[in-house]
Amino acid sequence: MSNAANPRQIAIRLIFISMAAIMLLRLLFLQVFEDKYKIMANDIAIFRKVVYPPRGAILDRKGRPLLYNERVYDLMVTPNSVPKTLDTGLLCSTLGIDKATFQKLITRARVRSGSMRKGVFIEELSPEQSARVQENMYNFPGFEVSERFIRTYPNPYAALMLGYIGEVSPEMLKKEQYASYTQGDYTGMNGLERSYEDVLRGQRGVHFLERDNFNRPRDPYKGGSLDTPEIAGKNLELYLDEDLQAYAEKLMQNKLGSVVAIDPQTGGILTMVSAPSYDPNLLKGTERARNYSKLYRDATHPLLNRATQATYQPGSTMKPMTGLIALDVGAITPSFGYPCRGGYYACGKKITCLHSEAGHAANFRIALAHSCNSYFVHIFRLAVDAAKFGGVKKGVQKWHEYCSNFGFGRRTGVDIPFEGKGLLPDSNTYNRMYHGSWNSCTMLYVGMGQGEIALTPIQMANAMCIIANKGYYYSPHFVRAIGNNPKDPHLQPYLEKHVVSHIPDTTFNVIHAGMQDVVEHGTAMVAKLDGIEVCAKTGTVENKAAINGQAIKMQNHSVFVAFAPRQHPRIAIAVVVENAGFGATWAGSIASLLMEKYLTDSVRASRRPLEEKMYNANLISKYTYAIDSGQRARDAARRQRLMEQRATRDSLQRAEDSVQAATFLRKYYLNKNNKR
Amino acid sequence: MSAANKSIFSRLDAPTVLLYAALVAIGLTAVFSVEYRVTDPSIFMMSKSHMKQFTWFGISLFVGLLIIFTDSKFFSSFAYLSYTIGLFLLVITIFAGVDVKGSHSWLGVGSVRFQPGEVCKIFTSLAISKFLSSPETNFQTLRHRLIGVAIALTPAVLIILQKETGLALVYFCFFLVMYREGLPNTILIIGFSMIALTLATLLIDRWVLFGILTGLAIIVGYLIRRELRRNVLARVLLIGVWGFCMLFSQVLVPFSFKHVLQKHQVERIYTTLGQKMPEAYEKEGAKDSNKKGNVSDYNVLQSKIAIGSGGFWGKGFLNGTSTKNEFVPEQNTDFIFCAVGEQFGFAGSAVLIGIYVSLMLRLVYLAERQRSAFSRVYGYCVASILFFHFAINISMTIGLAPVIGITLPLLSYGGSSLLSFSILIFIMLRLDADRSVMIR
Repeated sequence: MSNAANPRQIAIRLIFISMAAIMLLRLLFLQVFEDKYKIMANDIAIFRKVVYPPRGAILDRKGRPLLYNERVYDLMVTPNSVPKTLDTGLLCSTLGIDKATFQKLITRARVRSGSMRKGVFIEELSPEQSARVQENMYNFPGFEVSERFIRTYPNPYAALMLGYIGEVSPEMLKKEQYASYTQGDYTGMNGLERSYEDVLRGQRGVHFLERDNFNRPRDPYKGGSLDTPEIAGKNLELYLDEDLQAYAEKLMQNKLGSVVAIDPQTGGILTMVSAPSYDPNLLKGTERARNYSKLYRDATHPLLNRATQATYQPGSTMKPMTGLIALDVGAITPSFGYPCRGGYYACGKKITCLHSEAGHAANFRIALAHSCNSYFVHIFRLAVDAAKFGGVKKGVQKWHEYCSNFGFGRRTGVDIPFEGKGLLPDSNTYNRMYHGSWNSCTMLYVGMGQGEIALTPIQMANAMCIIANKGYYYSPHFVRAIGNNPKDPHLQPYLEKHVVSHIPDTTFNVIHAGMQDVVEHGTAMVAKLDGIEVCAKTGTVENKAAINGQAIKMQNHSVFVAFAPRQHPRIAIAVVVENAGFGATWAGSIASLLMEKYLTDSVRASRRPLEEKMYNANLISKYTYAIDSGQRARDAARRQRLMEQRATRDSLQRAEDSVQAATFLRKYYLNKNNKR
Repeated sequence: MSAANKSIFSRLDAPTVLLYAALVAIGLTAVFSVEYRVTDPSIFMMSKSHMKQFTWFGISLFVGLLIIFTDSKFFSSFAYLSYTIGLFLLVITIFAGVDVKGSHSWLGVGSVRFQPGEVCKIFTSLAISKFLSSPETNFQTLRHRLIGVAIALTPAVLIILQKETGLALVYFCFFLVMYREGLPNTILIIGFSMIALTLATLLIDRWVLFGILTGLAIIVGYLIRRELRRNVLARVLLIGVWGFCMLFSQVLVPFSFKHVLQKHQVERIYTTLGQKMPEAYEKEGAKDSNKKGNVSDYNVLQSKIAIGSGGFWGKGFLNGTSTKNEFVPEQNTDFIFCAVGEQFGFAGSAVLIGIYVSLMLRLVYLAERQRSAFSRVYGYCVASILFFHFAINISMTIGLAPVIGITLPLLSYGGSSLLSFSILIFIMLRLDADRSVMIR
């Protein structure tokens, strides 16, 4: 019977209660006072998944894709989720593999990503395979088709302009501009892929997922409320015309040089070729590791964008500029003539002119049509020596200002990276070269586009735009609109109209007339088009190269600049073919064919032979390899020398240090001994 | 009697029924929350544990009804027979048992498996109640005390033979019952001293402990020197206690750790104490000696992370990242408390512990109001079994006790456990309904 006085029932109750109290105390510490476990729980259980949005595509002016993401399907497998009852035969026949291969693949997946996690079973299924597998997917538990995108160039054009993407390197990750990247991310490495990385890349999304004890992601964490959505990259729409680009690249095959065609009304680049080119698909994804060094070592330097990085002396194509400046500063009038007899002797040395007949430089227009060297050298000297500037040094500064306004000697600001500046001399250049004692005779070659001046082809084309537009230009650029928006902030620099000078239209008309004459009955009759007024200027540029330690005069560069039509110009073009010969023959023909193609959408049947000649010409100089290997050898020697110098410096430094140390020690011990 | 005339249902103790129902409901919720995925098409999927558990709950209620409609005298007359059957089943299990997760304590009948050790708790309770309440028993004699201890510990020995040490430990709860029925106070003192001695043996270096114990004996001997001079028994007692302590700490514990306990059990004990297992206890030729990490370490850490991350109010229902994603092993059986701790925090845990303590106190209250000794002893048996399960299970999830594989009563997923606890409680309810009847 119960006994109220029995202390044992009280004791038992107390044991129950005190046990509960101990537990509650422990729980209080565990759950309320300690943060450690909360942090550990988040660390082990929350998986931060970065979702990459599709990268923007690049389209040509007619909306045809030049670069886009190709969807590929991988067959994934979670080995432990594959039931023993799987119809292996059906899977094998669906995929077209045998059972041994099946076993091998599943073992590989097990080794690579473990039995509990998804791993690749077959990479990049063929279209038939993926269609058949997806149809039968319900038969294959444990298997899953996952899609992935790779960057693909549907046609092998404009490799250097489009660029490519690659994994960010550890060095890049240290820079501020790559702060939002992590190891393993891809970024544009060159061309438009690099310049428009921000917009093409889109915005990565971050999804927080719970994960389980095998690290497999499960449900969204907190219902996805902390997630940020991914935003797809925007498409780039270019001015580039794929047909024109393809045609230009074909015309430039087996040549070294470049083509730049710009729409003067907008500054939009219609075509840009750097020859030789390469198939951009060689540098996509895993291919790059295999092909990059081969391209890098190629003697013809296919990775150098000759259109924006290589510089050439403009040669006679400089003459419209020289004329323009001389006319504008009032050094001459359009009716100014020069009695050239096949040479210019005013500076004590002969400058040869190709023409010697009387009256071939009777006035500006005729002189330009005949490209008279004497005439332009003379008017250049007149311009820089013009009395109103007070001395050649100030005259050259003024001339430099004109040229600089036309975009020489500085970057045009085109929207692909690594553009070159070219070379434009000013008084300081000559002061340095001649220690201050020089005059217009010293530098007269610049007036005919030789000497200390060098332009990139894009600078030449841009200058053509300015002349065609009679004094203004838009910075050359590829991108017309970003995601259908032509006023995207990224395009702001290209919407700004640059007025370069206040040269009157009448002066430009004189130049235009002269350049039209070049085509009508001058040096570039090959460029004549039916019913279209073409203005052009040929250039044949002397050049030298170092071969086996000697400076050897090479075949001339063939240079050609043009725009058309004369009224309301729609295309301005610059073509350079290295070591090809006369300007009109090669560069002129190519430019003319391209202008015809662009302006009339087709090329006359009568010009087929010219086309064929261009296609078939192989103008890569036989010295290219010798020049290249010589250059590389010199580079290597220089590096070697620098290293040796550094080694010598270091060892000298070390020797000096040890002498100092020895001196110090000797003093120290002497002092010590003296004290004793 | 007026009470006896009322319907049997109205005579059931309402608070106990409510507390029982609350625990089963919490259990179902916890098991559900552990397995639920947002992708599940329906919450009523028979393949899921909570639906199986619900089915077992239905079976338990049915058995409970049968018990309610049984005559209360049946249990007392059935006690020894059932105990014999229980022992028989345990013996059979040793030979015909099925291996489940390393223990050999399950019997399979067709596709249904059950653990005789679990069911045998009921039979042992009945037998002890019967024995202690029998008029022939005089619990003040050593002989009858030994018989009582034998009744309680025989199943435990058989269960140890099945390698299910945790379950065997539960049978020690009957000491609490026997204490209530007159086992001397010294039992409790000796019990606590033994625990202290065991802990000291594990934590303190052998030779240091030797010094401490000997020093203690000398100090005590000096304090009671007059008593020692007069009384032979005191001398014998002092030397006996010292000798036993020496024997226990220097010989028994090292020997049993080395030769009796399994390696993982020794490991668990040291893990709980936050100690590395001494190399001396590494079994020679143990095949898992090169295994990385410590499994029981991992379990307890994950369990502590789950509970600790719950905070004061918990992460909310179905938001338990650790339990839902299977970081905690055995989380819907032995570690089900993690689910409550993580999702409902300290507040929820405190409520749950409150419910358990209320149920145990209510059972003690019910026991004390019984007219017959059989019912009273039985009530204490139920309360003690609940207490042992509750105390050991929750302590192990929060790192207070070594990992011992026993269930949390009425919450853990598992038919055997739910059914046997239901039967235990329903028999008590049935006895309590007839509390004014003398049962022999």
